[in-house]
Amino acid sequence: MSTQTSGLAIETAGLVKTFGETRAVDGVDLAVPTGTVYGVLGPNGAGKTTTVKMLATLLRPDGGEAHVFGHDIVREADEVRGRVSLTGQYASVDEDLTGAENLVLLARLLGHRKPAARTRAAQLLEAFGLTEAAGKQVKHYSGGMRRRIDIAASILNTPDLLFLDEPTTGLDPRSRNQVWDIVRAVVAQGTTVLLTTQYLDEADQLASRIAVIDRGKVIAEGTKGELKASVGAGSVHLRLRDPEQRPIAADLLRRALDAQVQTDPDPVALTARLAAAASHDTAAEHAARALNELARAGITVDNFSLGQPSLDEVFLALTGHDTQQPRPGRDDSHDPKDEVAA
Amino acid sequence: MSTTTPTESGGLAPVRTDSLAELLVAKERPPRPSAWSASMTFGWRAVLKIKHVPEQLFDVTAFPIMMVLMYTYLFGGALAGSPKEYIQFLLPGILVMSVVMITMYTGVSVNTDIEKGVFDRFRSLPIWRPSTMVGYLLGDALRYTIASVVMLTVGMILGYRADGGVAGVLAGIALLVLFSFAFSWIWTMFGLMLRTEKSVMGVSMMVIFPLTFLSNVFVDPRTMPGWLQAFVNNSPVTHLASAVRGLMAGDWPAGEVAWTLGWSALFVLVFGPVTMRLYNRK
Repeated sequence: MSTQTSGLAIETAGLVKTFGETRAVDGVDLAVPTGTVYGVLGPNGAGKTTTVKMLATLLRPDGGEAHVFGHDIVREADEVRGRVSLTGQYASVDEDLTGAENLVLLARLLGHRKPAARTRAAQLLEAFGLTEAAGKQVKHYSGGMRRRIDIAASILNTPDLLFLDEPTTGLDPRSRNQVWDIVRAVVAQGTTVLLTTQYLDEADQLASRIAVIDRGKVIAEGTKGELKASVGAGSVHLRLRDPEQRPIAADLLRRALDAQVQTDPDPVALTARLAAAASHDTAAEHAARALNELARAGITVDNFSLGQPSLDEVFLALTGHDTQQPRPGRDDSHDPKDEVAA
Repeated sequence: MSTTTPTESGGLAPVRTDSLAELLVAKERPPRPSAWSASMTFGWRAVLKIKHVPEQLFDVTAFPIMMVLMYTYLFGGALAGSPKEYIQFLLPGILVMSVVMITMYTGVSVNTDIEKGVFDRFRSLPIWRPSTMVGYLLGDALRYTIASVVMLTVGMILGYRADGGVAGVLAGIALLVLFSFAFSWIWTMFGLMLRTEKSVMGVSMMVIFPLTFLSNVFVDPRTMPGWLQAFVNNSPVTHLASAVRGLMAGDWPAGEVAWTLGWSALFVLVFGPVTMRLYNRK
């Protein structure tokens, strides 16, 4: 089988999808190795869901091609459907039915006979901690329960490839951690997972490789380490006691760290983005030196933290614009030069 | 605040990743279900929905009763001398009209499912593609049968007598349900094509009102102007109403039955493929 030799679960070349004038997906190339969690990271409207929908055979691409385990997603859509499963807010379960009924229904559709379907449904409900809620209509489920039943519905047959489209969006931290545990359990059994997310830390927690996607294009791809190195060592966040001192502090920081300094809406807050070349260790050294200089200049720092790059920062670094696109002039109005001159 | 959170999430049992892992180890997959089995499973879903949301039977119980009572007493005296005599003519026709009207809810339920997000799950399954749609229609066939039984009961209370006996009545209902199943493919098409539930309703009304009223359900078409007769005499609803009327009266209206079956086949052959095309392209 060509699948085994290439070792790729997903391979796309120049994938395109247009909706009217918009090119929602604009030439996406992906190579997803089997047996791993592959993260697709991007803001709302970047083209993540459209890409997933095409790969799951729900949308027909307008250009390029894609193979899932060596099967063409258009010509061999049926073979693809036999090996993948999909969980997203659009590919959900029937709200009017109970959790158990939903799972039995889908198990029947996957070819299980009635007794086997019931057994499998009961086992999954048990494993997902939903036994008590089994007889309740899904519309009465909480967000966390809802996401669990969605994922349970996707693994009635262990899929070779599982698409998880923003599985934790809107969940509280506790439920989110539980979804992460589920994803880890699934991938530990050999299933490949394609995970889309808006959160860098989620990709960081789960994925071994990450593609950053923006405006329908892959703008960066690599292992977590590679990606972070390309973005920079992170940011220094400061809170000063006296807002009047902020311009002086900004100037000092800029020189000490050789970094871009951004003033936050909060009048006492400052953020310095460290240069891409700086590794995390040297970042800490730089930050310590900068603190010293601030102290020497008589500037009182109330709060200090050295953070990992956030998705916003990844985006700014990679694209020069931030994740909320329709805000022209935002960067200009906060140009560090203005602050320093003030 | 902090005291309520633990109790609330405490009610939700934790995920058991160990037993989950055991479940995932099983990699064997059962053979795919047959087209029939998949369709019946979707039909079962429709029945479950009726069980959970019994209000949706309103349109196949209260609405038909209202139709029978309203038209029997509204037109009975004027058109046939008395409601009791009129119902003998009206009942098979009003049965046809009401059931054909009820079919339009198919489009609404298809559209709602797309909105609610269960639809893409079905579309991503490796099953016979039309089974989702056939499932809707099988569930609806059950609803049409319920509506027919309700109306017949009301009709008989009002004095309707079917000379065709049980066999004639069953044959009439069977033909009606079959036609409605075929006709509903128009609605599955609109359900997939139009964006909102409201637009589906709007378009359905535009189709269903002229089609059912411009027929021989209420009066003999010979009283109508020539141009209207041309339409009415060739309308599928007229053929169906004549066939059902004949069957229930104990006749064997072979021509009308043949016309009805022909129209049914046409509806499936034209709107079935269009529906499936939209379903695959969605």
